[in-house]
Amino acid sequence: MTLTKFSRLAVVAALGVAAFQVAKADQITGAGSTFGTPIYSAWAAAYQKVSGNALNYQSIGSGGGIAQIKANTVTFGASDMPLTPKELAAADLVQFPTVIGGAIPSVNIPGIGPGGMTLDGATIAKIYMGEIKNWNDPAIAKLNPGVKLPNLAIIPVHRADGSGTTFIWTNYLSKVSPEFKSKIGEGTSVNFPVGIGAKGNEGVAANVLNTKGAIGYVEYAYVTQNKMAFAKVINAAGKAASPSAAAFQAAAANVDWSKSDHYYVILTNEPGATTWPITGATFILMHGTPKDKKASEQALKYFDWGYHNGSDIAKKLFYVMLPPATVKQIEATWAADIHTK
Amino acid sequence: MAVITMNSSDVGPKALATTRAAAVRGFRRGDRIFRLVTFAAALSVLVILCGVMLSLLFGAWPALRTFGFGFFIHATWNPVKDVFGALAAIYGTLVTSVLAMLLAVPVSFGIAVFLTELCPWWLRRPIGIAVELLAGIPSIIYGIWGLFVFLPFVQSVIQPFLINLFAPIPVLNILFAGPPYGIGTFSAAFILAIMVVPFITAVTRDVFETVPAVLKEAAYGIGATRLEVVRRVVIPYTRTGLVGGVMLGLGRALGETMAVTFVIGNAHAISSSLLAPGTTISAVIANEFNEATDPMYISSLIALGLILFFITFVVLAISRLLLMRIEDAEAK
Repeated sequence: MTLTKFSRLAVVAALGVAAFQVAKADQITGAGSTFGTPIYSAWAAAYQKVSGNALNYQSIGSGGGIAQIKANTVTFGASDMPLTPKELAAADLVQFPTVIGGAIPSVNIPGIGPGGMTLDGATIAKIYMGEIKNWNDPAIAKLNPGVKLPNLAIIPVHRADGSGTTFIWTNYLSKVSPEFKSKIGEGTSVNFPVGIGAKGNEGVAANVLNTKGAIGYVEYAYVTQNKMAFAKVINAAGKAASPSAAAFQAAAANVDWSKSDHYYVILTNEPGATTWPITGATFILMHGTPKDKKASEQALKYFDWGYHNGSDIAKKLFYVMLPPATVKQIEATWAADIHTK
Repeated sequence: MAVITMNSSDVGPKALATTRAAAVRGFRRGDRIFRLVTFAAALSVLVILCGVMLSLLFGAWPALRTFGFGFFIHATWNPVKDVFGALAAIYGTLVTSVLAMLLAVPVSFGIAVFLTELCPWWLRRPIGIAVELLAGIPSIIYGIWGLFVFLPFVQSVIQPFLINLFAPIPVLNILFAGPPYGIGTFSAAFILAIMVVPFITAVTRDVFETVPAVLKEAAYGIGATRLEVVRRVVIPYTRTGLVGGVMLGLGRALGETMAVTFVIGNAHAISSSLLAPGTTISAVIANEFNEATDPMYISSLIALGLILFFITFVVLAISRLLLMRIEDAEAK
């Protein structure tokens, strides 16, 4: 009796060890972007069902992701801000985009609903520099003929934590306003001279929803889920664009990634009549000649699975997939630049 | 432990003496080992503390070398241009904490006095338990409650009231200048006050209970009122403990992170108005460390940590000094 019990225990233990070893052998490790965490985790759960390979992704932020891949402690790093070709070359890194998101100017103005008003980049830049202070400013009125805008102080809301959304937002404003570029500049954290800093998308959304006269940039998912009022933005083609999955994809489709230098492309202010101008991708960083070739191969298989089978999951989580043509180019880049054999 | 055997048949007095000596030696060795183990445990605190300080100094060094003393007296915090100054964060940390103590200490003392002197027996336990429960709520809950429930109320009711109330009074009309954002230094201090009240109350109640009944009864006996008993007997008798309780609360207020981050507005600026958004050291670190990539940026954030470490140290030192002075005065 005791013996059978013991031997059973031993078998269970042996099986456990074996299972652990299998899991360990094919575990993909990654770290970085918090923006990408939900989609990478959801993809991984579905991918594990078909392949048996698990992903261990640490949501430590883009800065941490870059540091970890440089230190070679993970198979891939994830960053919302692309590295410059020079930085990539210095660390033997290859980067490619995975999914697209966009920053939307949500507003809280009595009488204004979703898409109920229009702004342009230069005006938004002036609002965030503290130069336009009231919603009845002539510059805003000129963009909104027929819309009744109240005499109400503008309260700009921005992200307080370092964020890829802030990077996309400030990158766009720097492109359309030289004054914004010289005074504030672009980055995941910048020094906004006015307004309130809130933690996370949920913080910005809550502040905009709570505060009359507020304007704040949030990711697309938060606008749709909270049914927030937002402003259309005049794009590079001079048309007032509304945010949508199609409008984000239009920004990516208009980029000739093959001519881009190591995918160092930021999708803001792209041409096209329906293009949403404040669009950005999130990126993956991997070594060109990885130490653990097998792990890198597994990681690439995982991303490939995501590109081809992950669109339903992405839609549920309000991410936007890259257009198929872009995926083809990325796969070509993998074959050429990441040496897993 | 050594075992002394006494029942063997041929134990002479001499043999007995040697076994006893061996046993005593064994005890002594056991004592020495015990002493070493406890000493090592105590030493580990110092080692950890030194390790924290050294790694903070090491991490902060690039920022301190680049910006020098200016790091402490400039309020510009610009990650894009790599220019960092800690003054706004230091100012915000001190102002929110001091304001929180101004709000929390009278309330806590009030609760403690009521609980120990005036409260009917059947109500003591429920209120005592409520205070302890309040102490157990995680700070993130306070932050989210503050953001979604408290701030809209502050913005629509409390702040307009304060702004109107103080508008005609000089100095105060600058401290309470609009517009009412809801979010800001004042709201952060208010939430901090709610968070530290249970800590100060718990300590204060405990020390109030140490006052001998004889002293109080003697005071009542010569016709003192309740207020006089509290002022002239209870508080003087427990002064040391009270300072300890207040310092405990202040320590918590200085380092509090999540709740403050949600409600302070996270603006790297020093405003004359208490209603304007500000920031604190711990809020800046919690917000920005994750996505900080540039070495100078990271170093500046670590330097902020060093400053907070230093501030906490100074607060502790001051409280010790205060306690010593009180004890000296009592000895005389």
